[in-house]
Amino acid sequence: MAERTLVIRGGTVVDVTGSRRADVAIRAGLITAVDPAIEAGAGVRVLDASGCVVTPGLVDLHTHLREPGREEAETVETGSRAAALGGYTALVAMPNTEPAIDCAAVARQVLDLGREAVCDVHVAGAITIGREGRRLSPMAELADLGVRLFTDDGAGVQDARLMRRALEYAGALGLTLAQHCEDEALAAGGHMHEGAWSSRLGLPGIPAEAEELMVMRDIALCRLTGARVHFLHVSTSGSVAMVGAAKAQGLPVTAEAAPHHFTLTDAEARSFDPVYKVNPPLRTDADVAAVRRGLADGAIDAIATDHAPHSQEAKEAPWDEAPPGMLGLETAFALALGGLGLPIERVLALLSWQPARIAGIDDRHGAPVEGGRPANLTVLDPAATWVVDPERLASRSRNTPYAGRALTGRARHTVCRGEAVVIDGVAQR
Amino acid sequence: MRHLLSVADLGADGIAEVLRLTDSFVEVSGRAIPKVPALRGKTVVSLFYEDSTRTRLSFETAAKRLSADTMTFSVASSSVSKGESLRDTVETIEAMGIDAIVLRHRSAGVPWRVASWVRASVLNAGDGWHEHPTQALLDCYTIRARRGVVAGLRIGIVGDVKHSRVARSDVLAFTALGAEVVLVAPPTLLPPSLEGWPVTVAHRLDDVLGSLDVVYLLRLQRERTTEALIPSLREYRSVYGLTAQRVRRLPADALVMHPGPMNRGVEIDAEVAGDPRSVITAQVTNGVAVRMAVLYLLLGAGSDLVGDRPAGEEPAPVVAAPERVAVGGPERG
Repeated sequence: MAERTLVIRGGTVVDVTGSRRADVAIRAGLITAVDPAIEAGAGVRVLDASGCVVTPGLVDLHTHLREPGREEAETVETGSRAAALGGYTALVAMPNTEPAIDCAAVARQVLDLGREAVCDVHVAGAITIGREGRRLSPMAELADLGVRLFTDDGAGVQDARLMRRALEYAGALGLTLAQHCEDEALAAGGHMHEGAWSSRLGLPGIPAEAEELMVMRDIALCRLTGARVHFLHVSTSGSVAMVGAAKAQGLPVTAEAAPHHFTLTDAEARSFDPVYKVNPPLRTDADVAAVRRGLADGAIDAIATDHAPHSQEAKEAPWDEAPPGMLGLETAFALALGGLGLPIERVLALLSWQPARIAGIDDRHGAPVEGGRPANLTVLDPAATWVVDPERLASRSRNTPYAGRALTGRARHTVCRGEAVVIDGVAQR
Repeated sequence: MRHLLSVADLGADGIAEVLRLTDSFVEVSGRAIPKVPALRGKTVVSLFYEDSTRTRLSFETAAKRLSADTMTFSVASSSVSKGESLRDTVETIEAMGIDAIVLRHRSAGVPWRVASWVRASVLNAGDGWHEHPTQALLDCYTIRARRGVVAGLRIGIVGDVKHSRVARSDVLAFTALGAEVVLVAPPTLLPPSLEGWPVTVAHRLDDVLGSLDVVYLLRLQRERTTEALIPSLREYRSVYGLTAQRVRRLPADALVMHPGPMNRGVEIDAEVAGDPRSVITAQVTNGVAVRMAVLYLLLGAGSDLVGDRPAGEEPAPVVAAPERVAVGGPERG
């Protein structure tokens, strides 16, 4: 896209192969050189990376862009800008739009909007038409558009027989089904994690078992069909343990966890502020600890934001009427870096190359930083301290649960398809 | 103290202060003209998102006896039915220049949200399954009026604790005052977790009936049978109902209480409501005086008296308050 040469100077390159001091030169969308000292001639734009990590761009497996249907909360343009500011060069848009991404026409609409965006916009397709859990969506037709992940996210596929058929059908096409694990009968009417806090606050709860029953079922169906299953936003210690055990048995399962599930607990509900309402709900201290352990020991493969914008009006409703979901794209890196206690190489594996593999886009994202590769790179400042100000986020919505929090770690520059879309923390368009 | 959202806002000292003040307002309520000018010029709005004629009338009677102006915001006939948001509604009401909002909502936590948006005092008149602090205060007052103290009594709260704001506030209030609370219910009608609740649990009323000083019966919503929480109303009555037979096994000085409205023949037999040990009517009567005390504390000169006073210092005498307030009021009602 940008024909001018860019040089990222003075940083430490970290990718799947390790870390080394190097400058990176970019031209015509590709990395042209990676060298400890690159001369910047006339007309070259230099991006200062001193004190920073230069890494393959972050990849979000789980973004709600709300377009089409809920453009008052987010659009492809605003959501992808938030992503770029968060250090992401690619995201997977969830299909629970209105209408749902359950056919080529809607998928094409979002992909077309994404071509103008400041990060790569991929879409996940719905497993079933209208996400209603009755008839399979045209997966092969969607796969021809490049769709690799399918999910009815927002709801799980309740019918075990239908889920089996979906896995058999998708498996043959080399696709991955991603499940929002929630047994609706057991979760019915719940609005937060069921436990000591829900009991005290008089709010109807969703037991951990509502998630775990479906994790258990889908591991069984994975064994039955051999098809790949990705578990979205695992939030309970039981889920983490089951996914870890399934991997140990060699089953083709992967899992992601959301930053809020390793950062916040159900105690936040005591404010009754629906900014803390999310699905799966914030869980207990023990669950938070289990998610952290899972991210550290490999039971969980990726950090995914579940970025879920909602308008101020929607979030000013009573707790049990407010929609679940919170923003995540602009805070994920800092929360992961500051909260997990992992070396930055491990944090970046969880945020970049591992999710890129699950999304099936690892040829363009999360790839080693070397000459000839597509230039999707992020320069992250691990020491930058900033205070989350909802008014200054790029998302159209303000529903971040971290307002006023001081976080450490931020994207300084983001380069997508060779274009510097974020420079010094400022979106360029 | 600006709002009354939870019994926990008061603590044991705050509850004791409300009860002392209630003594004075019980006296006012007994006068030929039961009215004092304490809140003249103040405006109290009842904002009820859920029908509760008895609670609304009790608050409005209390406000009128304190000479406050009262308004009722009827949700059914209002802009709310046209889709106005909760925040827009309360900000509109506040813009009219009001001093207090008495708020009832079917959703837990709404009074906390409203209190964060307005300058007026917010009185929680019941939020979902969560709390109903003035009910707990009138229950404490009623027990103290009959038994002298609440501390040391054994109180059984019987029935649908899980869905009961009355039970949550009563547990906080009774235990703050030193009572022992036993919850009597099937597991399906108890909160999923009782971690941190200073209570014991029994699953049959007969197991604890003879040891109780107070039997507090909760209203059973008839739809609990269709939610598979109990098999039938008949079975519920046979295990948890305070039947005419059971009431005979209750100690002579025990009290029978109910927050109303009663399902006679389900949680309580018709004739039991008229037993001399039943104080159900006294609860309603005391409710007005307790709500006068609370409104006075939040809106009157008494609004300076709770919360910020240095320990041991007596409250200053109050102008235009009932005379017994100035001398502290009797300990016993």
